[in-house]
Amino acid sequence: MVEAPNKAPATPKKEAPIEPGLQVAPGPHLSSAGLTTQRLMVDVLIALVPVMSMALFLFRWFAVLQVGICVVSCLTVEAITSLWRGTRPSLQDTSAIVTGVILGLSLPWSAPWHVGVVASAVAIGFGKAVFGGLGQNIFNPAMVGRGFVMISFASSLGATAYVRSGATLEILTQATPLTAAKELSGNVPGLWALFVGNANGSLGETSVLACLVGGLYLCLRRSAVWQTPVSMITSAAVVAGIANLLMPESPLTVLQHLTSGALVFSAFFIATDPVTSPLTERGQVIFGAGLGALVVIIRLFSNYPEGVVFAVLLMNAVVPMINRVTIPKPLGGLPARA
Amino acid sequence: MSIAQPVPVSPRRRSFAGGIHPPSSKRLARDQPIEVVPTPKQVRIPLLQHVGALCEATVKSRDEVVAGDLVGRSDDPVSACVHASISGRVAKESAATLPNGRRVPTVPIKAGDEQLEGQTLLDDTFGGEWPTLRLDLPRPDLILQGVREAGLVGMGGAAFPTHIKLALNPDRPIDTLVVNGCECEPYLTADYRLMLEAPRPIVTGALLAASAVGARRIIIGIEDDKRQAAEALSKAAEGTDIEIRVVRTKYPQGSERQLVPVLVGSNVPANGLPLDVGVVVVNVATAAAIARAVLRGKPMTHRIVTVTGRGVVQPKNLLAPIGISYGELIEIAGGLTPDAARVLAGGPMMGFTLGDLDTPVTKGTSGITVLTREDLQQFEETSCVRCGLCVDACPLNLVPTRIALAARKGAWNLAERYYIKACMECGCCAYQCPAQIPLVQLIRMGKAHLAAA
Repeated sequence: MVEAPNKAPATPKKEAPIEPGLQVAPGPHLSSAGLTTQRLMVDVLIALVPVMSMALFLFRWFAVLQVGICVVSCLTVEAITSLWRGTRPSLQDTSAIVTGVILGLSLPWSAPWHVGVVASAVAIGFGKAVFGGLGQNIFNPAMVGRGFVMISFASSLGATAYVRSGATLEILTQATPLTAAKELSGNVPGLWALFVGNANGSLGETSVLACLVGGLYLCLRRSAVWQTPVSMITSAAVVAGIANLLMPESPLTVLQHLTSGALVFSAFFIATDPVTSPLTERGQVIFGAGLGALVVIIRLFSNYPEGVVFAVLLMNAVVPMINRVTIPKPLGGLPARA
Repeated sequence: MSIAQPVPVSPRRRSFAGGIHPPSSKRLARDQPIEVVPTPKQVRIPLLQHVGALCEATVKSRDEVVAGDLVGRSDDPVSACVHASISGRVAKESAATLPNGRRVPTVPIKAGDEQLEGQTLLDDTFGGEWPTLRLDLPRPDLILQGVREAGLVGMGGAAFPTHIKLALNPDRPIDTLVVNGCECEPYLTADYRLMLEAPRPIVTGALLAASAVGARRIIIGIEDDKRQAAEALSKAAEGTDIEIRVVRTKYPQGSERQLVPVLVGSNVPANGLPLDVGVVVVNVATAAAIARAVLRGKPMTHRIVTVTGRGVVQPKNLLAPIGISYGELIEIAGGLTPDAARVLAGGPMMGFTLGDLDTPVTKGTSGITVLTREDLQQFEETSCVRCGLCVDACPLNLVPTRIALAARKGAWNLAERYYIKACMECGCCAYQCPAQIPLVQLIRMGKAHLAAA
């Protein structure tokens, strides 16, 4: 048998087919190993583990159910909207899961299932998809969903919804700390209980300790910036302190302000959402300061016991402006006009 | 007179803000001694190897030349003349595309029988006596003339004509000469080997350059992963006033804008040069070339090129004649491995891919890095989530994502408002970007558009 002359020489032994030729591509030609958007998102989920554990401990299956409903709904809506928009479903970046978990953790244990579903649909649909998907949205999707149901289902999410007298879990029979303060019933739990999280409230917000542990992880991994939470908490403390000085009858002390409600939870997990927060260090400090101040102001002067949702949405709206006024000067000073 | 010792820079200013730590991969070639390349059959001397005006050939086809003869020059002040790197007969002018994309004419020279080769060439280049203590300093204008006639350019990569850097400017007195031995680009070890094997010409060259610019102070900056080089230089500089400073290893420490603040303490203005803060920076290889040019009248005909990467069989540091092809140097390093994917002129951060292995080596070619498919992690680009990692990494304090995305959309005003022109394309942002956005490419495109507008 004569071998065809143009037959290729023996194929290389390696299994992987060797692509012929050399590539021509722009530099840089290395990229940081394993650093992907997905990793940033998975880091947020890991950081939420202490918070979720605490929610599970305090609220038992209510927590599982609520977070589960939100995650499943968010993933479904993400899949539907991306098909609708003609893009590949971008589920693998796990950002929809992050939105679902944060949304679920921001709801009360008692919210009926349809609240979670509607909140998720609004969060992903109107909070994210209408702007063009991941990275394009102006407002924090979870807060858009939370804000929508807060107004639409006022009775299911109002102060009374958190309390059920005769519940087997004792904390569920108490008013949330901020409601207690608002109604001047004087039944605000002690600082230690607030810090550890032995209090009623939305699923993820009760334990400052759990939020700090997760938040520290996020910041150390540089999956979130530390400037925003530090600035937010500091600013809240300052504004609360001023309020206490001007209004001595104010129901909450500074430390109570810091340990109750969703302040710390939102400082680490909501305010740090990279998409809807400023890009530069200076911008992050301004953003955090605005958030902290607004949270306390809304708590003190509005009908709502808590102000995180509105504070976040308001500050999200000014992020483009913050970015604009905080453009950093290049190293060594401004280039002179050419 | 003090005895020079490598001194760590004070901890407060050991490094700069931003930057990255890519795997250095210098281990591949760092222990390979400088090896002389056998004379190739032919070299092609590009008539533009520097920033500035194109040279005109001073020889014509069929002329006989000896290594070191002038083959091209320009009357333009911003230019550097070029010389024959081997002896032989000039062939018909042909064009070559350099890695940066410029197509330039070249003077090909076919090798004759008589060549300076092997150990003799190495000794001629780096050996012999290099005075450091009893150095009779020539007049500044003579130093400058020597540098100019030798066609010296910055050998760190930018290839700016050296005589312009060293020219005295009465309005801008120079206080300090910084000799850059950082070699922060991953993979490359050419400067390291030079510092280790031939520290004396570097010291002599530094003294000459300092004298030309009137600098009172000379600082040699070396990253702390090259301590042996720092020790070799300290020994060579014994008895002189040269300070040898060890700085932290971080990319891009070898960039002037990062190195000058660390060593001297003042920032270089974003639109200015080290000159504006009384500093001149020269690369270690350039310093050695200055000594050779001024004291021995030898032009820039050879340079050390690191041929490295997992895509070559045997990484090497080669003393190569200017004008030899990239392909020939790769062959000397054992050739490409089957999984070689990209051949780079320079290192992986700022190097350009080569489309044609016949491209001639120029005075600015610090290395050839061959990356394999495994080295190149390629992911699909996703949306920017404004994580800010690029902002953290930018050593120039810019906001890369904004600039790049503005350029992609053609929002030129926005790109300029974010100081697109200040970018030096070091690549830190794109290295870090978790969304795999080709930030540097987009910024480069934006700069090109704005320059053309």
